[in-house]
Amino acid sequence: MGRDSLYGPIDPATDAGYTDPPPRVGFFTDTSVCIGCKACEVACKTWNAVPDDGFDLLGHSYDNTGGLSADSWRHVAFIEQPSSHGHGAFDGLPVGPPVDALAAASTAGNAAASTAGGTAASTAQFLGMPMTDLPGRVNEAPRTDFRWLMMSNVCKHCTHAGCLDVCPTGALFRTEFGTVVVQDDICNGCGYCISGCPYGVIDRRADDGRAWKCTLCYDRIGDGLEPACAKACPTESIQFGELDELRERAAKRVETLQEQGVTSARLYGNDPSDGVGGDGAFFLLLDEPEVYGLPPDPHVPTRDLVKMWKRAGLAALTMAATAVVAFAGRRK
Amino acid sequence: MTQPNGRKRGGGGGGGDRPMVPKADFQSYYGRPIVRPPVWTHDIAIYLFTGGLAAGSAILAAGGQATGDVVLRRAGRAATMGALGASAFFLIKDLGRPERFINMLRVIKPTSAMSIGTWILSGFGGVAGVAAAAEFAPLLPSYGALGLVRRVLPPVGAVAGYGAAALAPGLATYTAVLFSDTAVPSWNAVYPDLPFVFAGSALASGAAVGLIAGPNRPSVRLAAIGAALELAAGHRCETAYGLVSEPYTTGRAGKYLRAARWLNTAGAIGAVVGRRSRVVSALAGTALLAGSLMTRFGVFQAGVESAKDPKYTVIPQREHLDSRKVNVPTPAAPPTPSTPVVPPTPAP
Repeated sequence: MGRDSLYGPIDPATDAGYTDPPPRVGFFTDTSVCIGCKACEVACKTWNAVPDDGFDLLGHSYDNTGGLSADSWRHVAFIEQPSSHGHGAFDGLPVGPPVDALAAASTAGNAAASTAGGTAASTAQFLGMPMTDLPGRVNEAPRTDFRWLMMSNVCKHCTHAGCLDVCPTGALFRTEFGTVVVQDDICNGCGYCISGCPYGVIDRRADDGRAWKCTLCYDRIGDGLEPACAKACPTESIQFGELDELRERAAKRVETLQEQGVTSARLYGNDPSDGVGGDGAFFLLLDEPEVYGLPPDPHVPTRDLVKMWKRAGLAALTMAATAVVAFAGRRK
Repeated sequence: MTQPNGRKRGGGGGGGDRPMVPKADFQSYYGRPIVRPPVWTHDIAIYLFTGGLAAGSAILAAGGQATGDVVLRRAGRAATMGALGASAFFLIKDLGRPERFINMLRVIKPTSAMSIGTWILSGFGGVAGVAAAAEFAPLLPSYGALGLVRRVLPPVGAVAGYGAAALAPGLATYTAVLFSDTAVPSWNAVYPDLPFVFAGSALASGAAVGLIAGPNRPSVRLAAIGAALELAAGHRCETAYGLVSEPYTTGRAGKYLRAARWLNTAGAIGAVVGRRSRVVSALAGTALLAGSLMTRFGVFQAGVESAKDPKYTVIPQREHLDSRKVNVPTPAAPPTPSTPVVPPTPAP
């Protein structure tokens, strides 16, 4: 363990004790080109033999996965929002009135039925299905103020990984590629890692009792293959590679988008001086992180571990002193 | 749900239905939690209690040893062993793979409070077990090999008893580090005060064992100081940490902690006032035990609630982020003229 082992910018593989490790690898997920196809979710499940995560209809746009879990190692988020605060690329084009996506969808069935002059108008019902057209679109304003954000979320493979730090069995370990992987033959399901993760990624599988999460396809990258999700991504929204190179590429991409007027484009998790020492899997986002269900300013809980033990030590000394005071001056 | 300013109220998270809490303006993904609520059950809250009880009782037993009080020593050692057994049971029960408990002992990991705690608990269990076994020495025959054991066991047990007492404060407080070293907002933020809550709670529950065994001055003192420590540190957790203090005062956690406050206050006062009455002392001890249990349930529940509602994750982080942005000096700003600091004029 080095000086910055608990916090600060480091190379995680070297810090973990590897001598001359291969370059650190990771993901750059560019959400500006994500089309929400969920090929990544499917590819991940297929390659890693991840079990069924339940057939749930959540009513969260096209998202029926809900979030990362023991049985979902990639998760595509769908956000429906009015883009009235301007997003650059389409500024100046006429837009229709602001719409509430759900309200618009709920009346869409009725509107369609009545324009058809049908008698079915009274029986048409909103079934909670997303529409195929943009809500609120009218002839005079072919664009609406409505937009979709889509993002494929994944384990961040943090430089300072909360899950790895707190694991009491050594089941979680740092690979030579700087990623974080659970050894399922060692994990005893204590559940500490689940609360140690500032992103809510790692999870315990109910019927199995062990903790599971993305391995960044440790079995594939060792053989020079790219992870299943990146391989399956049709738009190269998920890019796999050496982290240094990905960071350069991401910086250029965000610059390009800014030049094109997409002022809301920003990187998330790319900064090695952030609270987790930078993410191995980082993102280009088009809105605030919390809109995507990401913590805006996460830090590894272990950052304050030394201070925590000092306070605990002080409390322990207080206990000892209390015992001495309680029994002082008493001898039979 | 989708409002014109593009902000989504974190609805489904459970924060929106409490009228006394001002509506917080923050964005979230369909109100879903960001950090994952702990997968631990109330078994862990019970373990916090039994672990604290084992620690407090071991201190009581060592005090009895040092002052030659056989009743306190025996009661303390017996309670320690009972609480230890319960601790091991609840700890192992809460694992996803209980049969793999032994994997806890394959590494010593300084960054994991659970690893350190497991080793403290194991060491404590060993010495406390020897100390308890020493109580049975007089039952052994006085001749042969067992006779030797009969003679050696009491002094060895005494050393082991002091060893257990030396490890006890660590056993009682490591759990606070374990809870604080998580991303659970209301556990993480209160790390300066949580060890004192647990320390006070452990002392009070150890004192309770002494009070139930019979009125005695050391237990009264332990009860008073322990309960005071627990109440004071608990008050800090409930008030000093802004938004993330809120889960300690609302909902089920708030009910547990209010009950704990009454029970601890009643127990401490009962211990002092009824120090000559066997019945009142025993009642006070029972109240302190119940108070300690309620404290653990309350702290546990508050953390779970703070993880379930994304506002406790988003708002403090957003505030931190925004304050850092404000602090970044803008190069365009003109240098501020240095004005002499005028001390406030004292009132005549």
